[in-house]
Amino acid sequence: MRNCSWRDLGRMDYAEAFDLQSSLVDQRKRGEIPDQFLFVEHPHTITLGRNGHMENLLAHEDVLRRAGVAFHPSDRGGDITYHGPGQIVGYPIIDLREWKRDVVAYVRSIEQVAIDALADFGISAGRLQGMTGVWVDGAKIAAIGVHISRWITSHGFALNVATDLSYFQYIVPCGLAKPVTSMAALGNIARREHVIERLVFHFGRVFDCEMAELGAVAV
Amino acid sequence: MTDVVMPQMGESIVEGTLTKWLKKAGDHVERDEPLFEISTDKVDTEIPSPAAGTLSEVLVEEGKTVGINTVVARIDDTGGNGARPAAGAKPAAGATPPAPAKSEAAAPPPAQPQADGGQELSVAPGKGEPDVVSSPPPAPEQPEPAEQAEAAGPLSPLVRKMARENNIDLSRVRGTGAGGRITKQDVELFLSQQQAAPRQPAAPPQAPAKPAAAAPEAPSAPVQTPPAYAPPAAASQAKVRVEPMSAMRLKIAEHMVMSKRTSAHVTTIHKVDMTKVARVRERQKTDFQTRYGISLTYLPFVVRSAVEGLRTFPLLNASIEGNNIIYHNEINIGIAVALENGLIVPVIRNADEKNVLGLQRAIVDLAARARSRQLKPDEVQGGTFSITNFGSFGSVVATPVINQPQVAILGVGAVEKMPVVIDDAIAIRSICYLSLTFDHRLIDGALADQFTAKVKSVLENWSEEVL
Repeated sequence: MRNCSWRDLGRMDYAEAFDLQSSLVDQRKRGEIPDQFLFVEHPHTITLGRNGHMENLLAHEDVLRRAGVAFHPSDRGGDITYHGPGQIVGYPIIDLREWKRDVVAYVRSIEQVAIDALADFGISAGRLQGMTGVWVDGAKIAAIGVHISRWITSHGFALNVATDLSYFQYIVPCGLAKPVTSMAALGNIARREHVIERLVFHFGRVFDCEMAELGAVAV
Repeated sequence: MTDVVMPQMGESIVEGTLTKWLKKAGDHVERDEPLFEISTDKVDTEIPSPAAGTLSEVLVEEGKTVGINTVVARIDDTGGNGARPAAGAKPAAGATPPAPAKSEAAAPPPAQPQADGGQELSVAPGKGEPDVVSSPPPAPEQPEPAEQAEAAGPLSPLVRKMARENNIDLSRVRGTGAGGRITKQDVELFLSQQQAAPRQPAAPPQAPAKPAAAAPEAPSAPVQTPPAYAPPAAASQAKVRVEPMSAMRLKIAEHMVMSKRTSAHVTTIHKVDMTKVARVRERQKTDFQTRYGISLTYLPFVVRSAVEGLRTFPLLNASIEGNNIIYHNEINIGIAVALENGLIVPVIRNADEKNVLGLQRAIVDLAARARSRQLKPDEVQGGTFSITNFGSFGSVVATPVINQPQVAILGVGAVEKMPVVIDDAIAIRSICYLSLTFDHRLIDGALADQFTAKVKSVLENWSEEVL
């Protein structure tokens, strides 16, 4: 069975997490490290995917700055999204050649991990045909945006646990006129570490790998 | 020349959108150097160059979607390290079996067998044993004598009631009303004749069927086998009515007496100023109703505050087993729900993971299903603390009985506006009395009051968002 190291980095700036991912992707390409699964929580940040549309950013950058929201273009897939406190951002850095050379299967599996973890908290989440992400009653609870370079994945998903959903007013999330939701908005106040524990468990199951927690040391 | 093709990035993928060229025509590229990017379903992928050389032709422009294996560019590698095998960029499609990304869904909770005869759930679990009492075979209620009197024509509700109360077989009553209908007078006449004549008791009361599961789990309880009542003397017939207890009633009776015998019950009462909560509720209840389709009551606020108290004072969330204290890591709160002829205490599991909305939803759901008898056995088990909301019936203060094997229960009185003295001035505040009954074997008064004070403080300084 393949190994996957996971760790919760806690609060980390988007740019810092981006640099860490890049460095881990390079190491993974060279085969120096096993698959990785990082968890972070970003401060208020809006990111725009490479193919995102600026018009989905509803607020001027000045407004964002005043509201304390950082803005970053990103090389992940998908359109625009918001990250912030109360959200679990998961970045799997895995070599798809050792799993399946199939980016769609990868995205569907990431969705499955979130769906199964939410089910453990009594939340019945699912997919919406043609709209990547994880949905509960027509509202998006987890967004997905992935980058792949030589079959190595980076970026990943953002699951709203207790996210302040009012920050989504600055954007058209993922370019879709659909509502967003969170575990808290559905009546759940699961603790971050508890949700991460379930995500790790289901990730190991869905991707058939052995999960080992790594101390949060700098790489 | 090496052809650069649109790679297949997965089993089901037939096309890809070329989103960005990372090199321009004429640029030199190294083998494996990122050449362009494609996008499929929220995934952006960098495609490395299959060969080293000069990007001589760009055939597909940015933003175009083309089928897989379409040639998107050509690389002139003649000037480079000699000819190279083409199509290096095609990541060996089909190298891996299509194994669907399906996960073995976690086994769904086993469907609860819903016994045909309709189940009754006991009030509270004894030691986590399955606590389903299959009720005795379809409760042979007193046969409705009235129903048998078909020949006598339609019966008035009054006659039916009299027949039922006096246990009269109406087929034996002669009707003198229109079309031979039995009237009130006919029944009275029949009764007086019956009392005059020595008679055998009509339809002896059903010997109370002992609930099948009642005996095994009650730890020390000498289960009161209901005394087999001797048929009441004929003369008393009209003064009392004998009816066997339902299985649920027996279970409640047994459980209450067992609790009183087991625990050293003490009740402490704190006065709580609910004005802040009342304001939050007043402000949000319309929105709450519109948004979630359920009304917002005081109870979830109390449950939420009790959870905080239990987190701070875990002994209140414990139970006693022999000479050991069992601390429960989960906070599962039982909510007493009044039924028509009994009560049941369904459990909100992991109540500490729910906010006011989640708690209100759970309360509404459990209460509704309790009333329609649709609770699953595990939904009335595993409680670690209970709350009873007698305030909803207008009670201001009561002293609840502990729900074994728990060690405390919180009673919530009605929230009422009252004049109170604040800083030597009289003000109108929304006041509620919280009664905590605790087991003095494990919890001393000081701790009980610290706990209740904590609950009170969370309520009085309410700060959580509700919507």
